[in-house]
Amino acid sequence: MSEMRKDPAIDIAEREDKIILNDVNRELYDFIDEEREEDFYRMEEGLTEEIVRQISEEKHDPEWMLDFRLKSLEIYNQTPVPDWGPPIDGLDMDRISTYVRSKSDMVGSWDEVPEDIKNAFDKLGIPEAERESLAGVGAQYDSELVYHNVREDVAASGVIYTDMESALTGEYEEMVKEHFMKLVPPTDHKFAALHGAVWSGGSFVYVPKGVKVEIPLQSYFRLNAKGAGQFEHTLIIVDEGADLHFIEGCSAPKYNIANLHAGCVELYVRKNAKLRYSTIENWSKNMYNLNTKRAICEEGGIIEWVSGSFGSHESYLYPSSVLKGDGSHAEFTGVTFAGRGQNLDTGAKMIHIGKNTTSFIDTKSICKDGGISTYRSSVVVAKSAEGAKASVNCGSLMLDSISRSDTVPAIEMRTDKADVGHEAKIGRISDEAVFYLMSRGLPEAEARAMIVSGFANPVSKELPLEYAAEMNNLIKLEMEGG
Amino acid sequence: MDTKEILLSIRDLTASVEEEEILHGINLDIRPGETHVLMGPNGAGKSTLGNVLMGNPVYKQTGGSILFEGEEISGESTDKRAKRGMFLSFQNPLEVPGLSLDAFIRSALRERTGKPVKFMQFNRELMDKMKLLSMDPSYAERDLNVGFSGGEKKKSEILQLLMMKPKFAILDETDSGLDVDAVKTVSEGIRAFQQESDGALLIITHNANILKSLSVDKTHVIVKGKLVASGDATLIDEIGKNGFEAFGE
Repeated sequence: MSEMRKDPAIDIAEREDKIILNDVNRELYDFIDEEREEDFYRMEEGLTEEIVRQISEEKHDPEWMLDFRLKSLEIYNQTPVPDWGPPIDGLDMDRISTYVRSKSDMVGSWDEVPEDIKNAFDKLGIPEAERESLAGVGAQYDSELVYHNVREDVAASGVIYTDMESALTGEYEEMVKEHFMKLVPPTDHKFAALHGAVWSGGSFVYVPKGVKVEIPLQSYFRLNAKGAGQFEHTLIIVDEGADLHFIEGCSAPKYNIANLHAGCVELYVRKNAKLRYSTIENWSKNMYNLNTKRAICEEGGIIEWVSGSFGSHESYLYPSSVLKGDGSHAEFTGVTFAGRGQNLDTGAKMIHIGKNTTSFIDTKSICKDGGISTYRSSVVVAKSAEGAKASVNCGSLMLDSISRSDTVPAIEMRTDKADVGHEAKIGRISDEAVFYLMSRGLPEAEARAMIVSGFANPVSKELPLEYAAEMNNLIKLEMEGG
Repeated sequence: MDTKEILLSIRDLTASVEEEEILHGINLDIRPGETHVLMGPNGAGKSTLGNVLMGNPVYKQTGGSILFEGEEISGESTDKRAKRGMFLSFQNPLEVPGLSLDAFIRSALRERTGKPVKFMQFNRELMDKMKLLSMDPSYAERDLNVGFSGGEKKKSEILQLLMMKPKFAILDETDSGLDVDAVKTVSEGIRAFQQESDGALLIITHNANILKSLSVDKTHVIVKGKLVASGDATLIDEIGKNGFEAFGE
């Protein structure tokens, strides 16, 4: 990673490192740090009331949180597995450990992070990114955060950026209690209930009224333990007129047994506030990624999602935006890349409630080597949402004839005083275009990667420079890893 | 004949598209710096020759040899031919969304030379050439050929020619579909290439207008997959007067 960060140019054509990259593979992310048993506390596999109680005790939950967990477990047990998306019978909860943590505590100085964990994050370029371009960083390893730090000037402006545990047991307990899983209730679906029962880690952010955080905050989630689950909870409140860019990065090494990620993101965008939430998910290909993300916007509020989904064996991921306040606005820009053995079901959801609300979805999906990529979206315009405007634009690129791409856009309109447009395109790489690029001296693999990167460009240009570079690298790796 | 003096030597070249033979034994020699014109009626095999020389996998070379600087390049991939210094200006340039024109030329140059491209120098040269071709500078940052008019696409091809400075370029119907002014501009671009480099050209056309201001060394007429006549620039006027009938069409 540090190799590729040396040249953070946004366009693939500017990069000088392709010779190196030809020799690199996913090992960049797939490295495994052997966890010595005595350094880690690991919950036994499976999901029982006993286990949930143990997690709660381990985390020193307040009483109400234990109750919340137990109630969620009950809902989990009563809720059927979704039957409309990619098959998830390969996921056996009896073989998943829901809680794994290092025995050392979270620290605020990078030097104090245990050596092996530090190495893992160093390889991913995490502290380096912080030094260069971030206002604050959180790093979660397995179930708990190992590091959290926020720049002094940002903290001085009243911005709170801390791990969920500290927020829950400290002075922000009431704020957490008021918002925690209110936007995504455990009754939402089976894995939201699972999250409610065993959640651990994640970040809590509060940006006070009128405060504009100039540079992004970032949380990085790494699930290193084998056969484990990661259930981090991200809760962000951007108060009236405030502005924040939050970046989340995820990765995990590959094991031959299933890992599970069922995180939950709840974003509260108050009146005239603006939040941009950027994600690069690069889970390993044994991961079941059943993640739930939701934002709610008050009057004039703006939520912008930028999402790159690369790894995982199977994904269900549809960040949704509830446009409650009049004149609020949501944008979703996403790219999904499904390679061999991957079935990625991704998209977005827009719910228009307030008057004159606007939403815009622009997604690109790419599939290769038998990968399945499904675009699934839903735009709901309530009767109250007079003057709403929504636009859905999805493009798919199939790189060979054994891969599959599906588009499932749903639109539900309960008022005729709204305007919803939809455009879908499914295509293949044109051999003639490959020949064209090759006629200027570009080798075939490079030519194809350039076309694919170009296709994904509407997303990468929305990302901060180094993440755009990372995304282009991931595309290259996927293109070469055939 | 000493083949070393010859840049491109084509012998008994046969080629087919979808099992149908289009070229039936082409022989042609081109020396460094020479400009050759290839004319012929529609369907005679002009574009096929250009594509076969550049190694387009849609066209199959079924026999004969192609020597570039004395080395056999038959069967070699397109990018390797480009790295040797060959170039094809497309009749219908492809659109590539998300890849800007300047980034494309930069990476192509880097690929061809094997060296990093100096940013300032590159930009200055790019702007000069775009000015020469009456291209709005904003096109540099636009997606490659996306939404370009027919004329702009051809200018983009000639811009690439001027930036890449190949040893040998095939210009496939660069004048087709262009209005008079655009033909003039493109023609000026080609003349600049002739003057600035010792690159050789094979200009495929069925229209003499683009040739007016260019110096031409040799003219060839292709009919039904065979070169039926070769001569100097005066052959162009002859074709202009009498058409291709005289050559057995």
